[in-house]
Amino acid sequence: MTTLVRTEEETLLADAARGFLDEAAPITHLRGLRDEGRTHDPALWKAMADMGWTGVLVPEAAGGSDMGHAAANILAEEMGRTLVTSPFISTAVIAATALRQVSDDRANAALRQIADGSVTYALAVDEGAKFAPDAVELQASQEGNGFKLSGSKRFVVDAGQADRLLVLARSQDGLTLFDIPSDRAGITRTARSVIDSRDAADIEFDAVEATGDDVVGNIDDGLTVLKPALEAGQAALAAELTGLAAGAFGRTVEYLKERKQFGVQIGMFQALQHRAAHMWCESEVTASAVLHAGRKLDEDPQNATLAVSLAKARATDTAQLTVREGVQMHGGIGMTDAFDMGFYMKRARVAAEWLGDYGHHAAVVANLRWGAEA
Amino acid sequence: MQDISDLDSFRTEIRYWLEENCPEQMRDGDTSEDSICWGGKNWNFTSSAQKTWLERCASVGLTVPTWPKAYGGAGLSRDQEKIFHEEMARINARTPLQSFGIWMLGPALLQFGSHEQKLEYLPPIARGEIRWCQGYSEPGAGSDLAGVQSKAEDQGEHWLVNGQKIWTSYADKADWIFALLRTDRDAPKHKGISFILIDMSTPGVSTRPIRLISGASPFCETFFDNVEVPKTQVVGTINRGWDVAKYLLTHEREMISAGGALMGGGRSLGEVIASSETGLSDPVLRADAMRAEVDGLAVNLTIERYKDQVEGGGSVGDASAMLKYMGTELNKRRLEVMMSAGGSDALNWVDTDAPSWLRSKANSIEGGTSEVMLSIISKRVLGLPG
Repeated sequence: MTTLVRTEEETLLADAARGFLDEAAPITHLRGLRDEGRTHDPALWKAMADMGWTGVLVPEAAGGSDMGHAAANILAEEMGRTLVTSPFISTAVIAATALRQVSDDRANAALRQIADGSVTYALAVDEGAKFAPDAVELQASQEGNGFKLSGSKRFVVDAGQADRLLVLARSQDGLTLFDIPSDRAGITRTARSVIDSRDAADIEFDAVEATGDDVVGNIDDGLTVLKPALEAGQAALAAELTGLAAGAFGRTVEYLKERKQFGVQIGMFQALQHRAAHMWCESEVTASAVLHAGRKLDEDPQNATLAVSLAKARATDTAQLTVREGVQMHGGIGMTDAFDMGFYMKRARVAAEWLGDYGHHAAVVANLRWGAEA
Repeated sequence: MQDISDLDSFRTEIRYWLEENCPEQMRDGDTSEDSICWGGKNWNFTSSAQKTWLERCASVGLTVPTWPKAYGGAGLSRDQEKIFHEEMARINARTPLQSFGIWMLGPALLQFGSHEQKLEYLPPIARGEIRWCQGYSEPGAGSDLAGVQSKAEDQGEHWLVNGQKIWTSYADKADWIFALLRTDRDAPKHKGISFILIDMSTPGVSTRPIRLISGASPFCETFFDNVEVPKTQVVGTINRGWDVAKYLLTHEREMISAGGALMGGGRSLGEVIASSETGLSDPVLRADAMRAEVDGLAVNLTIERYKDQVEGGGSVGDASAMLKYMGTELNKRRLEVMMSAGGSDALNWVDTDAPSWLRSKANSIEGGTSEVMLSIISKRVLGLPG
């Protein structure tokens, strides 16, 4: 396997991404969208498409840049640093990975639209308050040559603005994945007002018609296509959380050097020094797990589950530690809306929950390491 | 990076050599403390195979594969060393010789020693003839290591050494000691220390083992009472021994952290859980175990990442403090989980994890405490004031 050190190309990609995002989407960008009541910036998405980011996992034959999962994770990490608001993970990572598992004309056309930035996606899996793909109950009942979808999905990230939905439904002998436009008759999307000021919706499906053409992969076998897509999404989200933690931590360390109390910089106090050093150690250890997950997805995707769950668990844990300490070390100013630390804390909470929380992924790791009966 | 075909032929060559030379009894891996060969004048080989294996490896420099041939090594490149370790692992070969001479003094001499010192001291380390110990800590200088008071006075012909060291690992079994001694009482504390080599058989040197909470006595007190030491036995510049000490501490931290994350009585968490009476049915224990497993995998990946970084020509630097802190704290947690998983069965002295559990508490003290590691990181990595 490629070493656990970033290659020169990866370093260049990270630098370029950071340069662009510091200009185009610093945290003031998120703050501006929130104040205007918006959750999506089409101009930003267009710029990402022009740089090849939306096609990062789209094959070159379909117009993508096909840079791989390690590269997608680097982009997600840089977006995490300034809390960039975009449907990157839903569209460019999850949908693209699902669609490239199948090689029909329809999937190719969809991939082409992801790469050129003309279409965004949301993944509709969960129906309860926790991530549980196996618990899907939304019905896909066979009607003639097609299906009727009935049921509801909860907390569908990016669904308020998405052009298309990937919907996991229970069919006669298993689970089937559908790719349908979000405005198809019978679909009702209710936008949620979420703490991270980003897009999520609950969706009702009332006898929504779908054809065999709308099925991604094989009927009753949706997880074959969805599993790699979920893992790609979880790894990218872990990377986003790593960037988020780095952003929050960097601000906190700067504050420890600036803020004076009792006549000295508060970074003089050992009680704060040791906690800051501990956070850095946790970040270093998490960085290894995230880098490793990207390498596994690129080079041994059939066996990436352990690496991905390890990365998501560690990244969740580290990000939450970092934002909790970030607010505490900033004191009163950390509690104000005018200051950015709260934005980090709220996004960390949402990203921790999405696609499986710490407990979910730690249990995956434990089951793979010790067997399910342990 | 070497030519791949050269490396392939090296692999073939080393594989053949190992097949021919590694005795059958030495192919059971580094399973326990007892399987380690420490060497030295007082060493009793546990089997003739252990002796044969050491001699065969030493004759071609493979006890210290990357040291130059002139000093008893095999002169291997990093790529070749990696292949050597892979081929050793392939046949589950024991490490032929382990010692503080190999891990610590050797790297320090290679970096700071004179050509004459390297020729005199390195080959006996490589052959396992001389066993070294480390004389750093003192009763009044633990975390504040630069506060050492044991002194070496210039008597013209020789140094006159007086004082006491503590926590000297295996001093009672060692032939020589490398010690930090104060050679200038008036200089600032970091600037008046020298790194001096002392033959333990010199009159005036004595040791006394310290019994630990684990029941073992790996550490000693070492006393110097008017010990005369030749002037040629200073490594590096007089009064600049702190540079050598710092360099060595980095090595020591990497060693403890690499060992710490993988240690635990030789058993993995999974094995302990499988063999315990109730498994992980207690939800609190289960949560602790899962967290330890997640963190353990991530720490091991971090060790791997830093190895990759070093092999790619980078350095670990102050991150060794992170590896040491995270590895040792994790090891303590893992052993707490193992003890809980074992219940009352784990409470006997023999055939349990209890000695390892007690031993693990020293991991975050020796070689710099966890708190010292965090202070190093906050100042040198994060640039916090003070």
